[in-house]
Amino acid sequence: METKTKVNNRITQLFQQKKAGVLNIYFTAGFPNLEDTAQIIKSLEVAGADMVEIGMPFSDPLADGPTIQQSNEAALRNGMNMKKLFEQLKDIRKEVKIPLLLMGYLNPVMQYGVEDFCKKANELGVDGIILPDLPIEEYIETYKGLFESYNLSNIFLVAPNTSAERLKKIDQNSSGFIYIVSTDSTTGNTKDITQAEGYFKKIQSSGLNNPTLIGFNINDHKSFNFACNYANGAIIGSAFIKALKEAKELKGSISNFVSSIKKS
Amino acid sequence: MKYTVNEKGFYGNFGGAYIPEMLYPNVEELKEKYLQIIQDRAFQDEFRSLLKDYVGRPTPLYHAKRLSEKFNTTIYLKREDLCHTGAHKINNTLGQILLAKRLGKKRIIAETGAGQHGVATATVCALMGYDCIVYMGEVDMERQKSNVERMKMLGAQVIPAKSGSRTLKDATNEAIRDWINNPVDTHYIIGSVVGPHPYPDMVARFQSVISDEVKKQLMEKTGKENPDYVIACVGGGSNAAGAFYHFLDNEKVKLIAVEAAGKGVDSGYSAATTYLGKPGIIHGSKTLLMQTEDGQVVEPHSISAGLDYPGIGPIHAHLFESGRAKFFSITDEEAFKAGVMLSRLEGIIPALESAHAIAVLENLNIKKSDVVVLNLSGRGDKDLMTYITKKDEFLKD
Repeated sequence: METKTKVNNRITQLFQQKKAGVLNIYFTAGFPNLEDTAQIIKSLEVAGADMVEIGMPFSDPLADGPTIQQSNEAALRNGMNMKKLFEQLKDIRKEVKIPLLLMGYLNPVMQYGVEDFCKKANELGVDGIILPDLPIEEYIETYKGLFESYNLSNIFLVAPNTSAERLKKIDQNSSGFIYIVSTDSTTGNTKDITQAEGYFKKIQSSGLNNPTLIGFNINDHKSFNFACNYANGAIIGSAFIKALKEAKELKGSISNFVSSIKKS
Repeated sequence: MKYTVNEKGFYGNFGGAYIPEMLYPNVEELKEKYLQIIQDRAFQDEFRSLLKDYVGRPTPLYHAKRLSEKFNTTIYLKREDLCHTGAHKINNTLGQILLAKRLGKKRIIAETGAGQHGVATATVCALMGYDCIVYMGEVDMERQKSNVERMKMLGAQVIPAKSGSRTLKDATNEAIRDWINNPVDTHYIIGSVVGPHPYPDMVARFQSVISDEVKKQLMEKTGKENPDYVIACVGGGSNAAGAFYHFLDNEKVKLIAVEAAGKGVDSGYSAATTYLGKPGIIHGSKTLLMQTEDGQVVEPHSISAGLDYPGIGPIHAHLFESGRAKFFSITDEEAFKAGVMLSRLEGIIPALESAHAIAVLENLNIKKSDVVVLNLSGRGDKDLMTYITKKDEFLKD
């Protein structure tokens, strides 16, 4: 058995209080405009999001579909980079209380320096990291101690074809939550997640230690609610990026978007 | 020093499988099964037989007398340009389609830059009756129209990659995304010694037929099986991996890898990855990568679309770092002139990729008594338009 992780941050605390209907929203830092980052996070908190994933744009986002690819490209064109992003997040904890995660790809983090990155994330009040192309074996061998020493939850993805054995390994080395990828797809696909019911039930009944959030292809109230039946909540990315793209005014559009997902 | 892959999928500091979880079961399945499948007797019999009768192997090892005379040494050209479809690429696509068949896959996807790997994949898919989808950068589709038509004639569907810079790296991203969306029935035929483990090793093994033949042919012709030099061009590096493979452990054989300098290594228009790159991750593998300080992948440039890749196979990153292979870079102009030179000296019009390997002969201190094997990876038919349009720029005198 792996030793139990010692991470205690806003993510783990959130799940102690809230077991159902957790709404986690992803956006790409630097999109639609370079300086929108802090405003989007604040508006999401005010609107009622439980958690925010801040996307660190990358030139080659392999796991993402066209919507997030385009927001990444636009953000890079706008001049976003890691240093700039960290500068923008400098005072975020003066106002924002909900858990914050950084989501991106391994290469920019490697170039920044993984330890420096963890240190900086911790200083800024970031709680979790999602790097879909960081293999769990390398995480355990090289980075786990580091992430934990900076009180960061590293969030792993689980996909429909992930074996039971591997799911167990992921659970044992996770903290915060496990990211359940709804269907075999890149982000923002149109595959119907109701067809994944069997897979969701299997995960639900597998006795995981960690909470779960379902992501990929969740785009409205209906799919959010459906996902919430089988996990502690769900993650929305591409649909929110589309809303931002069409937004005339950020705060109001964000409020409307979150309400449309959570409406009871 | 070990130059082939270790049990964890690494070549020294490079390699590995940096892939999202959605691809893990696929890549793991390949990793578990590829060696057993390709070492199986029935597989080898079928592969060898098709290499012989369909591809036209063994390809000749040709003593290029006039070229040798010019450089005052002994030069043999390994004639991969005489393979069916015009380049070494088919050695790998044939191996992988036979593997896909044994894995029970029903659908084939591939990426292509210049279109050579796309054509080689479309060809073996036609041969085996498979559906074939080739991703190609929108920019490359415009530059390489005749190869797009060849793929379509062979029954493949060519899908434009419209993301990023709309060239090879983006076509590779799109192919990987397709695989994420279709993990069960689809096999992805990667065209070079790149991508997550086990691809670099698998592709190197299929291409190793090149150096296997060279050893035997050289023995017949010279009475010794090891040359003093093996020269090959490197984009991702599949032809070089194949040409070096059986000589890796014999340190007396000098391995020369030739990258594309483009308009000059410091011009901002180059594809000389070992010179310009730093360790990074691209397409699932840790390797040398051309990138910005912030870790964004940089778009390379070369006159030859086959060398126009911002990374390099992890085996080559290791050969570079360990010093086992020596890396040179050749400009567009030098390659162009070498292509014309070979055409006139030997009556062989080389692919612009291979012309980079020829051009490096000027930069080596080869002795008269040395025996040089130069891998002529492809023929120049596909580059005729470039040879025509760049003539005035490069052949002023």
